[in-house]
Amino acid sequence: MKIVACIKRVPTTDAQAKINADGKSLDSAGFQYMTSFYDEIAVEQAIQTKEASGGDVTVLTIGPSEASKEVRECIAKGADAGIIMTDADWTGRDNLATAKVLAAKLSEMGAEIAFFGKVATDRDNSAVGPMTATKLGWACVTDVVELSIADGKGTAKRESENGVETLSFSLPAIITCDKGLNEPRYAGLKGIMAAKKKPLEEVSFEDVPNQAQVDSLELPAARKEGRIVGEGAAAVPALIDALRNEAKVL
Amino acid sequence: MNAFKALDFYALDDQFSEEERMVRDTVRSWVSERFMPLIMEHYEAGTFPMELVPELGDLGVFGSNLPEKYGCAGLSNVAYGLICQELERGDSGLRSFVSVQGSLVMWPIHEYGSEEQKLEWLPKLASGEAIGCFGLTEPDFGSNPGGMTTVAIPDGDEFVITGRKMWITNGGLSQIAVVWAKCEGVIRGFLVPTSCPGFSAPEQKHKFSLRSSVTSELVLDEVRVPKSAMLPGAKGLRGPLNCLTQARYGISWGAIGAAMAAFDEGLEYSKERIVFDKPLAAFQLPQQKLANMATDITLAQLLSLRLGRLKDQGTMTSQQVSMAKRNNVMKALEATRVVRDMLGANGISLEYQVGRHLCNLESVVTYEGTHDIHTLALGHELTGFPAYR
Repeated sequence: MKIVACIKRVPTTDAQAKINADGKSLDSAGFQYMTSFYDEIAVEQAIQTKEASGGDVTVLTIGPSEASKEVRECIAKGADAGIIMTDADWTGRDNLATAKVLAAKLSEMGAEIAFFGKVATDRDNSAVGPMTATKLGWACVTDVVELSIADGKGTAKRESENGVETLSFSLPAIITCDKGLNEPRYAGLKGIMAAKKKPLEEVSFEDVPNQAQVDSLELPAARKEGRIVGEGAAAVPALIDALRNEAKVL
Repeated sequence: MNAFKALDFYALDDQFSEEERMVRDTVRSWVSERFMPLIMEHYEAGTFPMELVPELGDLGVFGSNLPEKYGCAGLSNVAYGLICQELERGDSGLRSFVSVQGSLVMWPIHEYGSEEQKLEWLPKLASGEAIGCFGLTEPDFGSNPGGMTTVAIPDGDEFVITGRKMWITNGGLSQIAVVWAKCEGVIRGFLVPTSCPGFSAPEQKHKFSLRSSVTSELVLDEVRVPKSAMLPGAKGLRGPLNCLTQARYGISWGAIGAAMAAFDEGLEYSKERIVFDKPLAAFQLPQQKLANMATDITLAQLLSLRLGRLKDQGTMTSQQVSMAKRNNVMKALEATRVVRDMLGANGISLEYQVGRHLCNLESVVTYEGTHDIHTLALGHELTGFPAYR
């Protein structure tokens, strides 16, 4: 089975966001990068699918050449190959443009199943996976917490606020992965050494224009300083009053 | 606990290969996620988290610079050093566990063992299925191991080994002990299964240092092993001393990890702790301490990096290892003392890391060649005059 794990290179969670003078983009100076949290779950699921059903796993990303670090880490965990679709505008490409590029590539690769994280931890859109499936006309199950694949068919469970939904589908399909689906493994040191012998290809692609543009960026408002309303049991009425009338959480 | 921020003042990241960085980052994540939540309780209880041994085996940290042929990862020596750094950033006991397994048990088997011994033991030790220990030090012979009284007497197809070893890391946890004994007056190494009749490993209790590492005495009371248990390639004191050079190499890196942990904790604490209406870090004395520590850590990083590259090219000398072990461990110990002080009363609580690192380093500065013995090794190398006795 041709299995693909699509990953996104995102700033590490401790990155301090600063807005550039244009007011529309982030100053990336000093950023460190990592594979988006949920994409690590996607990679693990791709590897587990290969281990259970056979086939090979390719890790696919759109990004700069430097994304080789993240892709190699995924290969070290057990993927067989990596492809970086090199893109100078990788931080600015919108969801639909990204989905179009990925859909064309997945189709060209002959992918039968592709795993995405349910959301990228930088832009928080949860859009690229389902949009890619739509462009390809494939089945798509999002926010998956349990999955089995056999004989060209799959069953997936997804959790929502309203309960647990179980779905069956036929391949080809796109699965977006949620926390709880698996526990991503560490890249073993032997895997790291083996990874440098596995293929990692950089390919270019025909530019696809964005259909949505960023007009402006604003950082969240600074959190208000805390206030001590008093001490001990005597402070409880004041605390309840503050929670009810100021914070409005009661 | 804040997420660990590693000091890299001289952008040494650029000096490592992509694989070396990946190895370091993997072990760093593992230590943060899997080890750090457990260490305080194990340290207090005086136990090693044995439940993590299979994970360490899966990661591939045991004997990681030995060849893949024997189930090892075949890493560069710099990558191995970075592993030691990251493990000791967690705790010296963790790094000691891995150092002993890799440098003092697997390395001599690989270097001095027969092919049968290598095939029998190295894969099991690499996976963590078997744990090993190294028996050299005796109650009356530490810095002068050549005086050892443990003997191996040939008897037909067997050797009969009798003697006592002290301060043996992992002694009570091991299935196999590399025991050094005099055989017809010559120091030889033996692979002794700890299940042999006459072998026991009582734990040495009441340590205030390396509490998460099990330390034992080894008692060998007429332990019989087959002739095939002898390591054929090691004859004389050079055999165990070469093993110690391997371990000391890793320790020179490990100490950097402990110092980086202490520095990070001291820096973060001093930025957050408000005294006289401003952060501790805004005062001159803490700044001087931080500047000194950052410089010492950077120098230690440079020393070990160069040492690792020399080891990878096969030209490292034991005296160069002495310099790095001596310097890096003492600088790390001094850093932990300074940070312990900067944290005030909090510095004596196990809720913070620095007191644990400080106590651990009091062992590290003593084991694997004391600070003073390494001073004399350097003095000998520089002047040509041995001043050990």
